[in-house]
This record gives sequence, structure tokens and C-alpha cells, in this order.
Amino acid sequence: MTKLIIKSAGPFTTIQDLGRYGYQKYGIPPSGAMDGFALQIANILVGNKRNEAALEITSAGFSAIFQGECEIAITGADLGATLNGKAITPWQSFHIQNGDVLKFEKVKTGCRAYLSVGGGWDVPKILGSKSTYTRANIGGYHGRKLKNADVIEIGKSYHFAFRNVKIPSHIVPTYSNHKVRVILGPESNRFSKKEINKFLSSSYRLTGQSDRMGYRLSGPTLRAKRGKHDILSNGVLLGAIQVPPDGQPIVMMSDHQTVGGYAKISTVISADIPLLAQLKPGDNLSFKHVSFEEARKAYLSMQNILDLLEKQIRKEPKVFFVKIGEKFYKVKVRACSKIVPKEIGFSPR
Amino acid sequence: MRKQFKCVPYGDSAVLVEFTNKIDPKVNAMVHSLSALISNEKIEGIVETIPAYSSLTVLYDPKLLDFPAIVERLNELGDKCKEREKFSSPIKIPIIYGGKYGPDLQFVANYNRLSAEEVIKIHSSAEYLVYMIGFTPGFAYLGGMSKKIATPRLESPRKKVPAGSVGIGGDQTGIYPIESPGGWRIIGRTPLKLFDVEKDPPVLLKPGDKVRFIPIIEDK
Repeated sequence: MTKLIIKSAGPFTTIQDLGRYGYQKYGIPPSGAMDGFALQIANILVGNKRNEAALEITSAGFSAIFQGECEIAITGADLGATLNGKAITPWQSFHIQNGDVLKFEKVKTGCRAYLSVGGGWDVPKILGSKSTYTRANIGGYHGRKLKNADVIEIGKSYHFAFRNVKIPSHIVPTYSNHKVRVILGPESNRFSKKEINKFLSSSYRLTGQSDRMGYRLSGPTLRAKRGKHDILSNGVLLGAIQVPPDGQPIVMMSDHQTVGGYAKISTVISADIPLLAQLKPGDNLSFKHVSFEEARKAYLSMQNILDLLEKQIRKEPKVFFVKIGEKFYKVKVRACSKIVPKEIGFSPR
Repeated sequence: MRKQFKCVPYGDSAVLVEFTNKIDPKVNAMVHSLSALISNEKIEGIVETIPAYSSLTVLYDPKLLDFPAIVERLNELGDKCKEREKFSSPIKIPIIYGGKYGPDLQFVANYNRLSAEEVIKIHSSAEYLVYMIGFTPGFAYLGGMSKKIATPRLESPRKKVPAGSVGIGGDQTGIYPIESPGGWRIIGRTPLKLFDVEKDPPVLLKPGDKVRFIPIIEDK
């Protein structure tokens, strides 16, 4: 079986897919990749289903050695990846030989990189998902972040594309834009117009108390009307921006708690969650209010990019090894729309 | 039919359905009723719901539904919402009160000028309603505790509260399903497993359930 042996796990590496949905009513957060866009492209590049799990590698310091052959892809943050000591560029797939060493040496852009393998990481699905929720030890690799010397098995892949597939450069995010779009609500009426304008026109800094659960921001203090920051607890969502009594906003991220009692001044639009995911403590960000329509358009256009990429890559020929009797054959397969069965019969001579 | 609730946009992929803004078993029953109606209808594009005291958060896939469309569906279902609580026999939670399992029992008694025995009697004689689940997986917010044993939370939360601990926080009571930090006054512990990922649903208590505490003594 093909495996990955972790030499250095880095500060925070976990297995994440697109999340565990349907259990928030029981207090279980969805978890899942912080940057779902990068995760899906990592999967598309190696021919996996888009919601397959990848390693979410936070910041530099991760290194590992492969045992066996497989295909990998790296997307998301540029963490200065090297393969056997040679620099490689993310947002493409690579063929891996037995003994290859992969390292992430230096943060260049963004914060979280995704490492996918053809066939996926072979960990059990817990409540329908491979995502790790470390606070309750659910899912992923034994419910926890990876440690040095962990060995993760790789699932069976049904094809090898011996060609490096690359994402067109105009699709690759640069993570230089730190303007995050929001929709006001659900409790923006707790804040005066003046406070909302302050929120939308100020710059906030991501503090060190920021993780997969939420980002604590620091910047101009926001006061609710009559100081009423507490609400009767209601549902909390990915991207919701709570304002506790100290007036410093908190953006809820993938491992967010499912209910909360602080007023939410606005909610980040789905399409900009990946942008948030790639911010590091110390980065500045600001917020821009957009219409419902714009939010939906942005989401649909992101989905459209993913659909198109998937279609295009599916069209590429796949290379299989087939063993018939004692002989191996290399077979190139290209997808076609229709299979026309050929009649086998007697042909009179 | 009078309007039962108000629908507020919550980001681009959820609706916050707000009922009367108070902690009330009847209001909460409507929340669970609407949540059940939605899951029975299996509406394409609805991802899941999060019931809370007096609101229901409905998550949807913006690719398949938009705000006006979902509000229309919710309003249709709203006419069928019931104020009646779920008729079910309470789930019995055995609990060892006091001692090493309930280090704050005496504090709760002293604070309320009661004996420890009286606190146990009051706590175990009420029937509780699971208003919602949150904070950690499986943590049930129980309503219906007597104000006679209400006690403020700890000034600084404990770093580790063992799984199964039963606590009082203000006029609420609850059970810690997994080891976690916590600021409630711990009065006892249940040997029951409230959270188990091997099961589906993974929780013993579900929103809308009724609960009773049964005092037990430790088997020596």
C-alpha cells in the first residue's frame, strides 16, 4: 500500500474534506477545509471527487516521505514546496516515486496549503466526513492534528496521469486582496448606522488568537445600541461576524461553535471564505458591504470555474496499467460521450 | 393564518427564522416543529437546520435556492407549525451527586441557603426540556430548573471539566458530553455516554427531548 510517512508535521496539519454537514443541530461543527476552493482544485487535479479529503497544511515546517507511487497535487498557499530538494510551484499535480521527499519550507503567500493524493487519504469517514474536528477528537487521523512519525495510508487510485496538470494562471489566487465582502445581518440592527459605517470603513488586524474555530480581529471598537451585545443564543455560521461586549469582532471559521449569544453585525459571503482562510495573524483586512445578488453571483461564478476545470481535466487521457496474464500493458483512455457497442458475429467469408 | 415567524437573511446561504424572542417551551416547540417539517419535506437545496431557543437557522445551497424561494417554502410550512411540545416520556439520566463528582454541590447549597440534600431533591424532581444543543457536541441546554438552586457561573472557568459532569450555570442546568473547559458549577456526574461518534445520531439527547435526573450512589 502507498503511504506517506510524516517526518515533521508542522504547526498544524489536519485531514479535511468539504465538511461534515447535518449534525450542527447536535452541536457538531461542519469543520472541513478552511479554503474549500483550493481543496476542490487539489482534488480535481488528481482526478478525485471534489469533496475528497486532503491534508490542510498550516504555515511552513511540514515534511514527509512517500512510500510507493502516486499522484499528488498542491494548491492554496505557496509554502515554498520542494520535491527532493527542488522547488515546485503549487496549483499543479506531480507524479511521485517511491522515496520522494516533499517539504514545505517557507511561507510565501497565503497561510494554508492543500495536499491531495489520487485515491484520497485512507482514513475512515466519521458521520459522513473525513474532516478533523480536533476539539472533540472527531474524524481525520485519529481525531487529531498530525504528529511526527505518523503514517497515513493512501487509497486506491484507478488511474495514473503521468503528466503534470497545471491550473491556468488567471485562476490561481494571489491572496493579495484583503477586502472581504459581507452581507449585513442577521443582527446588524443592534448597531447604529454610525457603528456599521465604522465597521465597513476601518481596517482590522488578524490577532494571534485566530485559528480554525474563529478569527479574533483587532481594530476600532464597535458598540451595540445601549451596549446590548448579548442576544438569545441562535445558530452560528461559517463567516458570521460576532461582536462581543469588548467591541472587537470575531469571524467564525470552519470549526465554529454551532450556537452563540453575541450579536452578529454581518456575515462574510461564501465566495470570500477562501480569501479569509489564507490570512495570517498580523494581516490586515477590511470589509465591503455587497448586495445579495452580488454575493450569489460571486458564489455561482466560483462554482462555474470548478465545474469547467473538472470537465476539462476529465477530458485529458488517463493512463492505466493493466495486467493480463503475466504481461503488463499501458493503456491510455480518453473519455467519450457515448459507448457504441460493436456487434460480434459471424462474418461470412 | 397569523404570521408565526420572521425570516431574516443570514449571509448568502442561510435564513434565520425568528419566532417570539423569549425562552419559552411553546415557542421552542414551534422551532422544533418547523425543523421536523423541513426535514420531512426533504426540500432540495436545504442543507440542514440549527434549532435554538426561539429561532431556527436554515442552511441552503445558493446554487439551488435563493432567499425569496426559501422564504416562500418556509411560509407554507409555517402554517403547519405546532405549539404543542413533543409528547414523549423523559429520558432518565442517572447521576451521582456531590463528592468528587460534584465538587460545587456544597457551594450551590450554601449560595441558596439550602442543604446539599435539598439541592439534590430540587434538581432531581423537575422535568427538563432540551431547548437546543451547542457549545460542544451534544451539550444540551436544559430549561425548567427551579430558580431556588440558580447559582452564578464560576468567575474563571475550569480548564477541564470531565465528560458526564452535570452543572448549573445561572438558572440553567446542563451536562458536559465531552471533556472540555467550562464555567458552570458542577454538582454531579452521570456515567451515561452523551456523545458517541460511533452512533448516528451521535448524541443521547436531541433538541425537543425531555429529561429527568435520577440520583444514584456509586457502586463500591
